[in-house]
Amino acid sequence: MRFPVYTRFWSGLLLLSATGVYAEPASFPAHTLTLAASCAVCHGTNGHSATGFLSLAGMDAPTFVAKMQAYRTGSQAATVMHQHAKGLTEAEITALAEYFSVQPPQAVIEPQAQPLDLQHE
Amino acid sequence: MQRRDFIKQLAASGLIGMPWFEAHAAPAKKVQGRVVVIGAGYAGTTLAKYLRIWSGYGIEVVVIEQNTQFVSCPLSNLVLGGSRSINDLTFGYDLLQQHHGIQWVHDQVTHIDTTARKVTMRRGEMTYDRLVIAPGVDFNYSAWPEMQHAEAQRLVPHAWKAGPQTVNLRQQLESMPDGGVVVISIPKAPFRCPPGPYERTCQVALYLKQYKPKSKIIVLDANPDIVSKKALFLNAWKALYPGIVDYRPNSTVLHVNPVTREVETEFEHVKADVLNIIPPQRAGKPAQMAGLLNVDSNWCAVDFRSYASTIASEVHVLGDAVFSPQPKSAHIATSHAHVCANAIVAIMSGQEPDPEPVFANTCYSFVSDRMAVHVANVYRYDAEKKLMVTMDGGGLSDAPSDLEGTYAQSWARNIWSDALT
Repeated sequence: MRFPVYTRFWSGLLLLSATGVYAEPASFPAHTLTLAASCAVCHGTNGHSATGFLSLAGMDAPTFVAKMQAYRTGSQAATVMHQHAKGLTEAEITALAEYFSVQPPQAVIEPQAQPLDLQHE
Repeated sequence: MQRRDFIKQLAASGLIGMPWFEAHAAPAKKVQGRVVVIGAGYAGTTLAKYLRIWSGYGIEVVVIEQNTQFVSCPLSNLVLGGSRSINDLTFGYDLLQQHHGIQWVHDQVTHIDTTARKVTMRRGEMTYDRLVIAPGVDFNYSAWPEMQHAEAQRLVPHAWKAGPQTVNLRQQLESMPDGGVVVISIPKAPFRCPPGPYERTCQVALYLKQYKPKSKIIVLDANPDIVSKKALFLNAWKALYPGIVDYRPNSTVLHVNPVTREVETEFEHVKADVLNIIPPQRAGKPAQMAGLLNVDSNWCAVDFRSYASTIASEVHVLGDAVFSPQPKSAHIATSHAHVCANAIVAIMSGQEPDPEPVFANTCYSFVSDRMAVHVANVYRYDAEKKLMVTMDGGGLSDAPSDLEGTYAQSWARNIWSDALT
């Protein structure tokens, strides 16, 4: 009974000691991690969007798959997603759905803009 | 505390010998070694961050960057149009370093020895297990000896790396009298940000229309036609800026007089009040130092499953420096970084990289202060062609819209958050 408690505590501490902020579920293949990270450019790190785009983190997997299917068939109008959805395989969409569904809640951190140093090259 | 020290302390406490620790520390424990990253633009920052995360914070990552700030090229044309300040697009690297335990060296690389696996900087040197070079582009003024001095580049800014050059070009527009002529010269493709020169034309036209309506823009394009989003830009120029944009294809600038701001093409002599020459480009200087420019002496050929150079397999090249059919965009640069980070983790763990990586690109351009258009595609590795090929279904906006303008601004906030924190 003690094992799971210790595991969570110590692996959490290990990550915190190095990073302070992020933990990555390690069980996804590189193919899915690359693709999910590509989504993150618009939809935010691990699907946590700061603004504008839908947050994908924590979306349940069937909802994600249904949305992507709707973009593919055109039953859901979009500015961009109808174009991206058609380029992915069913297996990739399912894997992305699983990836985003297990992302825990996480505050979005944005960098603070600052005055330009005119020595910048 | 460094992870290694932490493990030492755990070992001292006796905890490390316990089976649960071994099992759960396994991913971080197996992947070790030092990766040095040269260049902290979109590709370099993203690579550093994801290499740390995906190695379970096992791989030691050292970033070498000569500037103390990150200045975003995406959105920087809006500084010319006046709807954004350069200070909105400038950020520090502190959060990225702190959150991910990335070692940061503020220095300039002077020499790279790929045999000894050593990088020399102005103030020191460093060895690596693998090297990642994300150098961006270097401007090639060799066709115009008269443009090679810093003073000439102040008089005739490129503004193709966001920063003081962007501010300079904006100030020149502000100082120009009404009725003046702005000349924008576009090099032959490939260059950083294919739609960028045409977006810039929109932004300069927006400024002139509001404040200097008797002025015009002559676009001297070395290419036979508009390189990206052609119909969308042509329609925008006609609908939003009638009489302002004079587009001239097949117009390579042969000679420049930076003092009088005059240029000559094969066909004509043009005098400008504000002259913006976007020069021909090649892979940035660190890639040149490593001897990796093996395509037309300008770009770096890589294995698209790992971004390892085809010349030096322990050196990876990312972003605009790479020779590929994909556009040189920020989104693509980060995608290179994702594929490369996964590949390095695999290689350093004795595994094969993903044999068929897939990623997407969304690239927005502003045609006014509020309206944007996009091009979007999914790319997939083709083992026979050894290239990333375009999947069916991608494409362009139907027309500019405020909605896409809002998305473009949101895109920037999310990619900044992803790359810089």
